[in-house]
Amino acid sequence: MNRFGYRLSPSSQIDLDVSDNSLFRDILAGEPGISTCIACGSCVASCSAGVFDKISFRKALHLLEAGMDTEAVALLEGCMMCGKCTLVCPRGINTRHAIVLIKRKLNKG
Amino acid sequence: MIVEGKKKIWSEYQKDIPDDHYFYVRSCIRQNFFPASEKVFLDIVRNRLGLDFFETPHHTTCGGIAYHSDSIPQETLMTIVARQFALMTEAGYENYVCSCITSFGIYNEIIDTWHHYPELEAKIRGLLWEASKREFKIPKSVVHASDVIYKLRNTILENGKYRLVNKTTGEPLRVVEHIGCHYSKMFPSKGVGGAEYPYVLTGMAEAWGGTVIDYPERRHCCGFGFRQYLVQANRGYSISNTHKKFESMAPFKPDMIITNCPGCPYFLDRWQYVIEELEGKTYGADSKGIPVFTYEEVAGLVLGYDPWDLGLQMHQTAVEPLLDKIGIIYNKEDKYKI
Amino acid sequence: MTDRVLIIGGGPAGLEAANQLNLLGYKPVIVEKEDILGGHLAKWDRLFPEGERADTVLYKLIKPVEHTPVYLNTIVEKADKEGNNFRVKLSGGKEEIVSAILVCAGFSLFPAEKKEEYGYGIYNGVITSSDLEKWFKTGKGVNINNPSKVGFVHCVGSRDEKVCNRQCSKVCCVTAVKQACEIREKFPDSEVFCFYMDLRMFGRKYEDLYLKAQNKYRVRFIRGRVSEVSEDFTGKVVIKAEDTLSSKPLKVSLDLVVLMTGMISNNSIEKISGILSLNRAEDGFIEPADTITKMYDSGKEGIFLAGAVTGPKTIPETLSEARASALAIHNYLSKKTIQ
Repeated sequence: MNRFGYRLSPSSQIDLDVSDNSLFRDILAGEPGISTCIACGSCVASCSAGVFDKISFRKALHLLEAGMDTEAVALLEGCMMCGKCTLVCPRGINTRHAIVLIKRKLNKG
Repeated sequence: MIVEGKKKIWSEYQKDIPDDHYFYVRSCIRQNFFPASEKVFLDIVRNRLGLDFFETPHHTTCGGIAYHSDSIPQETLMTIVARQFALMTEAGYENYVCSCITSFGIYNEIIDTWHHYPELEAKIRGLLWEASKREFKIPKSVVHASDVIYKLRNTILENGKYRLVNKTTGEPLRVVEHIGCHYSKMFPSKGVGGAEYPYVLTGMAEAWGGTVIDYPERRHCCGFGFRQYLVQANRGYSISNTHKKFESMAPFKPDMIITNCPGCPYFLDRWQYVIEELEGKTYGADSKGIPVFTYEEVAGLVLGYDPWDLGLQMHQTAVEPLLDKIGIIYNKEDKYKI
Repeated sequence: MTDRVLIIGGGPAGLEAANQLNLLGYKPVIVEKEDILGGHLAKWDRLFPEGERADTVLYKLIKPVEHTPVYLNTIVEKADKEGNNFRVKLSGGKEEIVSAILVCAGFSLFPAEKKEEYGYGIYNGVITSSDLEKWFKTGKGVNINNPSKVGFVHCVGSRDEKVCNRQCSKVCCVTAVKQACEIREKFPDSEVFCFYMDLRMFGRKYEDLYLKAQNKYRVRFIRGRVSEVSEDFTGKVVIKAEDTLSSKPLKVSLDLVVLMTGMISNNSIEKISGILSLNRAEDGFIEPADTITKMYDSGKEGIFLAGAVTGPKTIPETLSEARASALAIHNYLSKKTIQ
């Protein structure tokens, strides 16, 4: 019912009491390196498609860990799998592998 | 919860509240929202407790609503306030007491601003003189009317007829206290108990037999927030903030809410109805809503005033379940007497 | 000229300086305000970055100076220059004539209850890093019972102008990471969060510890300062922060919140700088004559400095400084003797 001209505003708060990050944990099992991300942003800075599209491996990982899978995956849709981010990651995370795992999981779903 | 820890903080935030001889100023909106609160306040302090509270029909709004909704500049606000101070000075009073939390914040903010920028005070003195040929002294003390009731809480209990206790079970009523944001968040030292754990309403509720609930969103805004409500496009924020508070307090099963601000009781009371319409959810252990009161109304109930003389019929959320819990005798038909 | 040197403070700096001064042939005298030696180290369980036991380290510092005279429960009340010496009045009516004074008055931990919004002393589930360390060491003080979610709040009383402490306390980031790993070690089923603004892993092997916290202990690092703490209906502690890396407000209910209290100047530093006319900087710590080449030099003849009196330091840094001060005192006294 909305006869007042307004309604409850949806909350953007991350509520870790209820968030479900099972997808993140699945990816972590396949690519344990993602736990060592330090959010430096090298992956995004080096992304060959990132200037044309909203791509952020760094933020996608972060959102997955908070259980925000839809928002996370949207940040990887434009990925062309070139692997440049893997080359620059200072923690040596196999970023390309993690992206493959995420895409594979979602395609199955 | 470690009560001793709170007591320690409370002991660090005590303020001087004068004993007598006050210059009293009303709120712009409370007489519409909760029409008997100020009347009852004056009746209690003057007629029941024999104190000197001077009031003048010449006083106006403090300008706070206009200021916080960006309609008037600060100099205009200060000149309005300077005129109020002039009325106090002319009447021969030094202790300023206001009914409104917004005003309380405004007065403290202005006095503090003048302290740091004396040239601004001089300018305002000039503007007031030009506009009205008035002069003023800065009040010796500025307190909120809830500070006065807090100070008198034990005297009120001694003269009281009822206590905030469930008559059937003998258990203390579970009270949510909600402090207006501008009471102590701007100047923690100006509020009894400070900003994080204010004691002003807790002190009343405990003295009168209730027990106070500390719920996670206790410190959150009631939802009024000036622009949040006044600008219709933002009104969803207003009700969402109120909703957030109710969701947070609901598990504690509060019997009642006590407030000390003009906007808070209004929004906490009225939005319960709107939330019910929008979400189909009614708060309160018995799904009858959680009654919301001003501290004057609660003082009035404790002192045995007739609920309908306190204007409780103007509340959206029905108060009868709470009156019955306390065991207050009232006449149902009188609710809508003229 | 005597060969006696007064050391004010019996913590790591004072103990190490006493040892070195003994080895150099002087007679150090330690004045300690508490009833035991060791300062904060005596209350700590394990040290970063490799988890060495604090009591082992303390033993290594105390053992060599066990025959050095110590005044416990004693403070300096007055110090007057008399020729080349200082006549020092101690509490309890005692007096010492010494040729040099070494100030090792240390630091205090920020009183967490000052950050009222964090509810220390009010909510049962809120403790400090030193409470946790004491619990690790003795199992006493606070009640920790198989917590399922634990949060560490960095920078409590550090980098915070609201509480008049702008400085970074330097050691709390790595202490939080160390304690987070220890909690995961003790309670393998627990989830642990660290709320930080910047992670300052400046020292050797600190980054290794951080990496281990990430990949072995799965500690979750959330970049954002906790804004407020409250308690829910079940007694869990609810904290609010912004997850700044996703730009979203965040909320989580925890069984235990550990406040990483910073290192601040204290009354002892204030008092002793008054007595000895030493300069203090805006942060309250003593200002040395030269902050790069002479951290040990107070700028006042015969008065030297070591350890956290000149700002937050790690234990290895403090010990190096104590040795530097001992050498500086030796150089000062040798020159005096030749004259």
